[in-house]
Amino acid sequence: MKKYSAFAVAREALRDHLGWERAWRSPEPQNEYDVIIIGAGGHGLATAYYLGKNYGITNVAILEKGWLGGGNTGRNTTIIRSNYLQDPSAAIYEKARSLYENLSQDLNYNIMFSPRGVMMLAQTQHEIRGYERTAHANALQGVSTEFISPQKVKKLCPIINIDGPRYPVLGALWQPRGGTARHDAVAWGYARACSDMGMHIIQQCEVTGVNTVDGKVVGVETTKGAIACKKIGIVVAGHSGVLADMAGFRLPIESVALQALVSEPIKPCMDVVVMANTVHGYMSQSDKGEMVIGGGADGYNNYSQRGSFHHVEETVRALVETFPIISRLKMLRWWGGIVDMTGDRSPIISKTPVKNIFINCGWGTGGFKAIPGSGWAMAELIAKGEPGPLAEDFRVTRFREGQFIDESVAAGVAH
Amino acid sequence: MLIFECPYCGVLADETDLAAGGEAHLKRFGPGSSDDEFEAYLFNRENPKGVHFERWRHINGCGKWFNAARCTVTMEVFGTYPAQTLEPPTEIMNNISVKRPGWKWKEFS
Repeated sequence: MKKYSAFAVAREALRDHLGWERAWRSPEPQNEYDVIIIGAGGHGLATAYYLGKNYGITNVAILEKGWLGGGNTGRNTTIIRSNYLQDPSAAIYEKARSLYENLSQDLNYNIMFSPRGVMMLAQTQHEIRGYERTAHANALQGVSTEFISPQKVKKLCPIINIDGPRYPVLGALWQPRGGTARHDAVAWGYARACSDMGMHIIQQCEVTGVNTVDGKVVGVETTKGAIACKKIGIVVAGHSGVLADMAGFRLPIESVALQALVSEPIKPCMDVVVMANTVHGYMSQSDKGEMVIGGGADGYNNYSQRGSFHHVEETVRALVETFPIISRLKMLRWWGGIVDMTGDRSPIISKTPVKNIFINCGWGTGGFKAIPGSGWAMAELIAKGEPGPLAEDFRVTRFREGQFIDESVAAGVAH
Repeated sequence: MLIFECPYCGVLADETDLAAGGEAHLKRFGPGSSDDEFEAYLFNRENPKGVHFERWRHINGCGKWFNAARCTVTMEVFGTYPAQTLEPPTEIMNNISVKRPGWKWKEFS
């Protein structure tokens, strides 16, 4: 792999850009691999990358039924934060956020990480208490956040209306080191680095069955033929239940649609991320100038990658009251992604009832921000066969034990 | 937008009139059941890509709970029926079998 650098740009500029090579190879599958990762989204590719980088396991195939990063990795609103209440969540999301800080250098691929700051508005007395509690918890966890006044909210984000008639802004939980990144670039950067380590990224290859012998995995059936393997990592978000069904176990997961939309591009007017959980909406401005808007999830099972129209109306209605400036904007694109919701709204990184099958799922509405940390923890689980400190609290058996990681109350609707 | 016919009041209700209530026909387990049964009842879900039996409440209408059979991929509604039943009506099952050959659901298919 040729390294990207300012020198490389200058060199190619002098020879009609003929020297650029493909960022990753697209080989045909071999008959056998040490590890197969199902799902080439951010989490799957990060898992493969840290398997190679941290544990030297490079005989790895990453199978993707569609195209690389074409699921939720390319459909989210790119928010990165780690201001969670519970210790296990704060640990893994903060690990992810800190890895994001150096990811461009680590991957030699510009993921455009922009630590512009994330604020979560408190618009009820209940939310003030909740976020003050989170700020105290974060102080103990070593996550830098603070609870700020409405005046500081207005100063950081002048376009906000802090005395809204229905839900005035009473304060905010502010994480200055949170922000956004280019979501596609995260997938592409990991893919390029994985390919460079000799891993095989096989797109348009759907897994149709999982082969087991004596409760132990021996391979998968795919649309490109059978592939043998020693270990499998299932990292497929919304389709986790479908894969679990193939492997013969069930999950505490329901798949629902979560939607987002962007406006036409306008001049820079907002340089922070604002989340308003009471009114179910969050917004930031992309580098292209589009206002990126995320809404709530639908309440019913859905695999169609389209959300309900009335949810868009609810989201936009709430945001127009909070940001009157956007009331005349036209919406440019609107899409949905299928997110996997667990019983306690926290993810699962775990061993499964089938030996040597590991699963990483349940990130629900908040997976993008966790990609590097999730891959780090999942790689450790696959390589050692046992979870490390980041993953052990996210085991699937926590539901049977009653050891929930209850972030659904703490995180509200939006992750 | 999803539209269901409420089996009680006969109204065609869209999803803004309704509240989704999750998977239908869960077998309830309480005191004396095994850990496996209790966990499965509380948390594990079918979550199928295809035919799904689910509960809805006509919240902005008659207020009653009913069950519906729906495809989670195409959003096609195969039929609705009152909640006080252990199995979907034969008519709805036949309807599904014609449209989705080979469909499955844990206890009946």
